Amino acid sequence: MTKLFDKILIANRGEIACRIIRSCQQLGIATVAVYSEADAEALHVQMADEAVAIGPAASSESYLRIDKILDAIKQTGAQAVHPGFGFLSENAAFADALTEAGVAFIGPGNLAIAVMGDKIESKKLAEKSGVNVIPGHTAALADAAEALKVSTDVGCPVMLKASAGGGGKGMRVAWTLDEVIDSFNSAQSEARTAFGDDRVFVEKFIERPRHIEIQILADSQGNTLYLQERECSIQRRHQKVIEEAPSPFIDEGTRKAMGEQAVLLAKAVDYKSAGTVEFIVDKEHNFYFLEMNTRLQVEHPVTEMITGLDLVEQMIRVAAGEALSFTQADVAMDGWSMECRVYAEDPDRNFMPSTGRLTRYEPPQESETVRVDTGVFEGGEISMFYDPMIAKLVTHGKTRAEAAQAMQSALDAYVIRGVQHNIPFLAALMRHPSFQSGELTTGFIDEHFPEGFDSDAEPIANSELLACVVASCQAIVDDNNLTLDGQLSTPAFPDLIRYQLVGLGERNVPVGISTGATGWQVNVDGNNHTLETDWRPGQLLFNATLDGDKHAVQVDRDGMNWRLTHRGRIVGIKALSPRTAELQKLMPEKVAPDMSRYLLSPMPGLLMRLSVNDGDSVKTGQELAVIEAMKMENVLVAERDAVVKIVCCEAGQSLEVDQIILEFEELS
Amino acid sequence: MQDILEQLKAKREAALMGGGQRRIDAQHGKGKLTARERLDVLLDEDSFEEQDMFVEHNCHDFGMEQEHIPGDGVVTGRGTINGRLVFVYSQDFTVYGGSLSEAHAGKICKLMDQAMKVGAPVIGLNDSGGARIQEGVASLGGYADVFQRNVMASGVIPQISVVMGPCAGGAVYSPAMTDFIAMVRDTSYMFVTGPEVVKTVTHEEVTQEELGGASTHSGTSGVADMAYDDDVDALRRIRELMGFMPANNRLKPPRRHTDDPADRLEPALDTIIPSNANLPYDMHEVINKITDEGEFFEIQAEYAKNILTGFARMDGNPVGIVANQPAVLAGCLDINSSRKAARFVRFCDAFNIPIVTLVDVPGFLPGTAQEYGGIIKHGAKLLYAYAEATVPKITVITRKAYGGAYDVMASKHLRGDINYAWPSAEIAVMGPKGAVEIIFRQDKGDPEKIEQRTEEYRKKFANPFVAGAKGFIDDIIQPQSTRRRIIRDLAMLASKDIQNPWKKHGNIPL
Repeated sequence: MTKLFDKILIANRGEIACRIIRSCQQLGIATVAVYSEADAEALHVQMADEAVAIGPAASSESYLRIDKILDAIKQTGAQAVHPGFGFLSENAAFADALTEAGVAFIGPGNLAIAVMGDKIESKKLAEKSGVNVIPGHTAALADAAEALKVSTDVGCPVMLKASAGGGGKGMRVAWTLDEVIDSFNSAQSEARTAFGDDRVFVEKFIERPRHIEIQILADSQGNTLYLQERECSIQRRHQKVIEEAPSPFIDEGTRKAMGEQAVLLAKAVDYKSAGTVEFIVDKEHNFYFLEMNTRLQVEHPVTEMITGLDLVEQMIRVAAGEALSFTQADVAMDGWSMECRVYAEDPDRNFMPSTGRLTRYEPPQESETVRVDTGVFEGGEISMFYDPMIAKLVTHGKTRAEAAQAMQSALDAYVIRGVQHNIPFLAALMRHPSFQSGELTTGFIDEHFPEGFDSDAEPIANSELLACVVASCQAIVDDNNLTLDGQLSTPAFPDLIRYQLVGLGERNVPVGISTGATGWQVNVDGNNHTLETDWRPGQLLFNATLDGDKHAVQVDRDGMNWRLTHRGRIVGIKALSPRTAELQKLMPEKVAPDMSRYLLSPMPGLLMRLSVNDGDSVKTGQELAVIEAMKMENVLVAERDAVVKIVCCEAGQSLEVDQIILEFEELS
Repeated sequence: MQDILEQLKAKREAALMGGGQRRIDAQHGKGKLTARERLDVLLDEDSFEEQDMFVEHNCHDFGMEQEHIPGDGVVTGRGTINGRLVFVYSQDFTVYGGSLSEAHAGKICKLMDQAMKVGAPVIGLNDSGGARIQEGVASLGGYADVFQRNVMASGVIPQISVVMGPCAGGAVYSPAMTDFIAMVRDTSYMFVTGPEVVKTVTHEEVTQEELGGASTHSGTSGVADMAYDDDVDALRRIRELMGFMPANNRLKPPRRHTDDPADRLEPALDTIIPSNANLPYDMHEVINKITDEGEFFEIQAEYAKNILTGFARMDGNPVGIVANQPAVLAGCLDINSSRKAARFVRFCDAFNIPIVTLVDVPGFLPGTAQEYGGIIKHGAKLLYAYAEATVPKITVITRKAYGGAYDVMASKHLRGDINYAWPSAEIAVMGPKGAVEIIFRQDKGDPEKIEQRTEEYRKKFANPFVAGAKGFIDDIIQPQSTRRRIIRDLAMLASKDIQNPWKKHGNIPL
């Protein structure tokens, strides 16, 4: 066996840097972290043997600075660099600079990076190498007649697309050849009006497309293998949300065909190291090349979970010149794995990034079936400077259903406080019948959540469970209260109906609760349950065994009331004595004040511009203010015609979330 | 005999119906519970023992002699909250608008006298239109009789007021004299003179809610300590509040069982102080992480938010927490925050509740508004309260402790029992920048020199070591171990016994 490296520098941050460090540690290789000012206390810095500061928070001043990384290499004597993904991972100049410095780049050669970095070149090369590409005509069509000719060659349905297109404008689908000429004409005229550019081209229209990609692994001796596929169809705005391996859609034949084409393409660029060939797959199992990523992929853990390989380790071995120690026939496909990307973003506010301190952070327990690739810790900070990923949550099961079940449980147990996060949305996806049956397309989220996501509109998954949990929490707290010094008389609680639960649906739920031989005996609206738990007040995670089944529910105390989180749904519940519950009904519903007359800041940020003044009349869609947050300019527009009564902030001011920016006149 | 029993039954039924179904419905229509329904929520089930149900007014004027409702507009008695004795009175708005007659006042006085005899708290639920005008001066006398008892009971038994309807004119002074006032949003208000009079005298147009609603008093005036959404919410929270207080000033505060480990470490506290000294953080997080079960019953949460006050437990034992809040006005002391904290410290001291003080204070708020408003006297209240307090006092300096504000915040010099500093603590006369500009005034024009001097000053004083060397702090502790340390100290201090010199009373700078 060739000697691996003594010391590797990781030119990255966050969870991927931590994940790479872990593999290095297992291989006995020393690690060097690099960090920006914003990351001085980050987890990857704590985990690495050495850490080098490389500049200010902005990536362009730190993680993207080749010269600073080279300095860090010199300073520490690292022999190789793992770039992770993003940042410099697909930067040919970086790979060149390392080669020049005599340091190994843990990734493919420059040719692969250069060719695959160019969308047109890569497509040409793929076609030349015998890889399926989407049939069509990449040049502008001369006229309707040519459109018809090309469409006949490609076969319907076809998509006629404006070259300058975007946002669905200038796009027409022709389902039959009869429709082609009309579609061409309308696409062309729409393109002319919308973009002032009437060039239109045609390509095969992919129905119900799925994103399925092949992981490949190659050494410098010319051995190139495919490590099965991953399906990443669940995407939001082209960002993958949930990935899995294998794909529920691919049969053995298609897998082999896709794998072999991916290997062909890799060989065409002398690929070494790990890489990914992305395909789009139609409902007939036809697959077409999209692009090749010449780096480790975010979702690589699902491949690791089913193949038993450590891809980072393999990359290091390849970079050190080792040959792969296994053949295609050895590549396993054991069970099923899923990955959820846990982000600090608010799904109820159109996935607005959320930053701040993680006041509580307890990822689910890792096990054979649960893996958490995390780059943060309790008390750490989600900074505005970088991708707001908190962690990748990966599960494994013998079957897809088992992996999904493990994922649901892991999401239930994932405690995050201090920032908003997308777990409610991930949980909703996991629960969706179409997801569970494997009916995935890249349009899944738009199709099933056309109005965006509203966590409060999600159904409560298991009311009986929540009733039992909240009753036991209240009983524990109430029983503790009876240990207060100065007891005059011990009030007896009725076992029959000790509480009425308010908040679990339209009507109150009566519960009786008493201690049994093993834990609590809970009677929910006439149904008997046994609940065991080691929960104590103050803990956010309530591990429950209800009638023998294990569940994780999160419990927040809210004054005298409770907030329970389960399957992504947060439910506010009051456990009241029967008499109090009766009187509670007399209490008026407190309606939240009508804030529609106010423009509120949707996020914390800097008010860059105020576009209106007191007394201005504004039209629907007119710009009111611009807020900068997360390096992004967010334009706030009027949702209806209105008159500005008073502006409450000034440009340059920093805003809290929900801060009032201006007030409109009342509608007459 | 049978006749008597029937009369008794009739009287009892009449008393239970208060002002009758129509008025009960009207009370519900306003989103309010009746006097008796309120007691059902406040007290343990079946624990209420009523007294003076048959008291009637003695007015013979203006037709009052025609109408007698047993109980006369206030329900009085005793009951338990989580098994512990409390005395309660609950004004009944359905009976003569809850107005206070001589007899009504007499019931309250009798109840308070009993509470004083046995040493148990009094909770008043106020919902009264004011004085029974038909009775004239007799009613005024009734108020004053209650006031006098409020004052005598102050510091002897806890007195809690829940304002759940109107409370105007002289009536406000009884709650004002009690330890804590809770109000209910949208259905209660307190003022000395109502909107009508205000308009006549000052020409201000103001609604009852704006003038004296729960938001006004909990946020702007500081008269109310808590504001809750509705009657049920308010009464349930009062049940919780009572668990932090002893029944009287001769008892220790009540211990409660907890499963929260006393030695629980909180590593996240090690990263809570931002690396930049000018950045804020939320002191609530520190409190939630060191207290039992993360519990913090905040007092005056909406008022003078630059200081936090409230109750919590440590290893089952109640403590009062006073903490500067760097997230608001940098945590400085000003008039309102000084008054707020001073009053809270005195309550704790009166009822033997140890005080845990968390310090991150850049100093007193400067400005004419503060000086003209008398910050000198108001700041002195907090200083006085801390200096006078004989309960166990534990202080943790998390970051800044500058100038006079350092002295005030339960410093060693004010008989602090245990004073800790986190490694991030800076105990100094003022911030490095300000200090250098005074000491090296001659270098003011030379920013480079100033920068260098500032760095020198920072190195010398922006740390806990100088204060440590003088014994002003007892130890420098890891933030994550704060809970464990405080709990151990409280155990040691449980037998603390010191007396102030005998005096009639001190002269706190009011």
